[in-house]
Amino acid sequence: MGVRRAITGAEAAAEAMRQINPDVVVAYPITPQTPIVEQFAKYAADGIVDTEMVPVESEHSAMSATVGAEAAGARAMSATSSQGLALMWEIVAATPGLRLPVVISLVNRALSAPINIHCDHSDVMGVTTLGWIQIFSENAQEVYENLLLAIRVAEDTRVQLPAMVNQDGFITSHAVEPVEIFDDALVRKFVGVRSLNRALLDVEHPKSVGPLVLPDYYFEFKRAQEQAMSNVFEVYREVGTELSAITGKQYPFFETYRTDDAEAVVVVLNSAAGTAKVAVDAVRAQGKKVGMLKPILFRPFPYSEVRDALRHVPVVGILDRSMDFGAYAPVYSEFRNALWELDKKPATQSYIYGLGGRDIMTTEIEAVFEELLSGNLDPQHQRYIGLRG
Amino acid sequence: MSERKTWQEVELGVELPAATSLGYKTGGWRVLRPVWNASECIHCMICVGYCPDMAIPVVKSEEGVTGKGGRVFKGAVRLETNLNYCKGCGICAHECPTKCLSMVREEEAEQASCKL
Repeated sequence: MGVRRAITGAEAAAEAMRQINPDVVVAYPITPQTPIVEQFAKYAADGIVDTEMVPVESEHSAMSATVGAEAAGARAMSATSSQGLALMWEIVAATPGLRLPVVISLVNRALSAPINIHCDHSDVMGVTTLGWIQIFSENAQEVYENLLLAIRVAEDTRVQLPAMVNQDGFITSHAVEPVEIFDDALVRKFVGVRSLNRALLDVEHPKSVGPLVLPDYYFEFKRAQEQAMSNVFEVYREVGTELSAITGKQYPFFETYRTDDAEAVVVVLNSAAGTAKVAVDAVRAQGKKVGMLKPILFRPFPYSEVRDALRHVPVVGILDRSMDFGAYAPVYSEFRNALWELDKKPATQSYIYGLGGRDIMTTEIEAVFEELLSGNLDPQHQRYIGLRG
Repeated sequence: MSERKTWQEVELGVELPAATSLGYKTGGWRVLRPVWNASECIHCMICVGYCPDMAIPVVKSEEGVTGKGGRVFKGAVRLETNLNYCKGCGICAHECPTKCLSMVREEEAEQASCKL
């Protein structure tokens, strides 16, 4: 049994980091990520964790130092948002190829321009092709548990890839919720200590890290990286089962809510999934069979499992909190792809909502269900929720 | 050429043994080759100190080697430039006080050595 505390999503991330007790944390402040590292810095200053906190002058340096520490053999973590992730990009791209299991919190925030500090998913959707494990969290509780899960999945010898744990900026990061924090001793036993078998600072086994690799070998390294990513599924399941023994919860690749007999389902990431559940209940109360699917593990993407979960559903509306200008939206693309294999495909509709932190209301999701059930669909074109004009 | 590794065999995270540059023969970049006329050399070690690639081997010789003016030089003496690593920058030839080194285009040097 854990202890229930009233904390924010940012503090929940800091709590997970306290229990993980990483060797090194390097970060640079950026709204709305700042309270994660602020809280964690207190733990470091008070001697509650053994972590070496490294203040740096930019996110590019933050990610460089995190990767350097991880290559040296440390368990290293960081946190960022939006422009910070954009500035880290060069090193973010290098981390998976180096096969370093860095774990960072990404507090989702809209990318400039126009400059904006509020939530959308344009930051993370710009890095999903780089080879990081991507895990999404609906609320502060999930932020906490997903970080514990991520560190073990990332460091598993079959994987050794970095992981990003996403939460919605402000909506999750700054809102106070009851969060159950599990027993320190149990969690510390679960997260363990990073194996040092690949430490650069192992002076008995000197080696080169990050050499130039030309056309004769680059392709082979990238194929090996893809294999590690496909190994994530089985490791995620195993680690999830282990974590269940502490938390009593399940760690599926995605959550389904009242989808079993649903005639229309919406797909939505992160905090808006909570809003969608309320909308599902409201529409169900009117006697209409609707449900929701919330992706959790977004990279690697569980295509076959998603396909099986939705094969019986007549119509699926996919809600994206970012756009891929001139192309189908990122979440819509994945679901459309996943469903393509089916002989009898569900109808689909793409919706864009909540850019730059615009609120999405339960009534708006109820209207989406009305539209999906009405058959008024245009799968070639995305529609916009809560947009003027 | 040795068999190349498959994607299943490559090192995790591109981690390679340390000091792999020793096995990487960079002399192939060379356009000009330093041709050493040992009979004009005074084994002053100036070329050795200036060489940016440490490509001029030095050995200790008890019996000595014959250099400029037929003089026998004992102790530390230089040998032929290690062409596996010499990139042909020409600093040795520029610094040589006796001008016993001359820079010759690779293809000409190759032809000259073939004639020999």
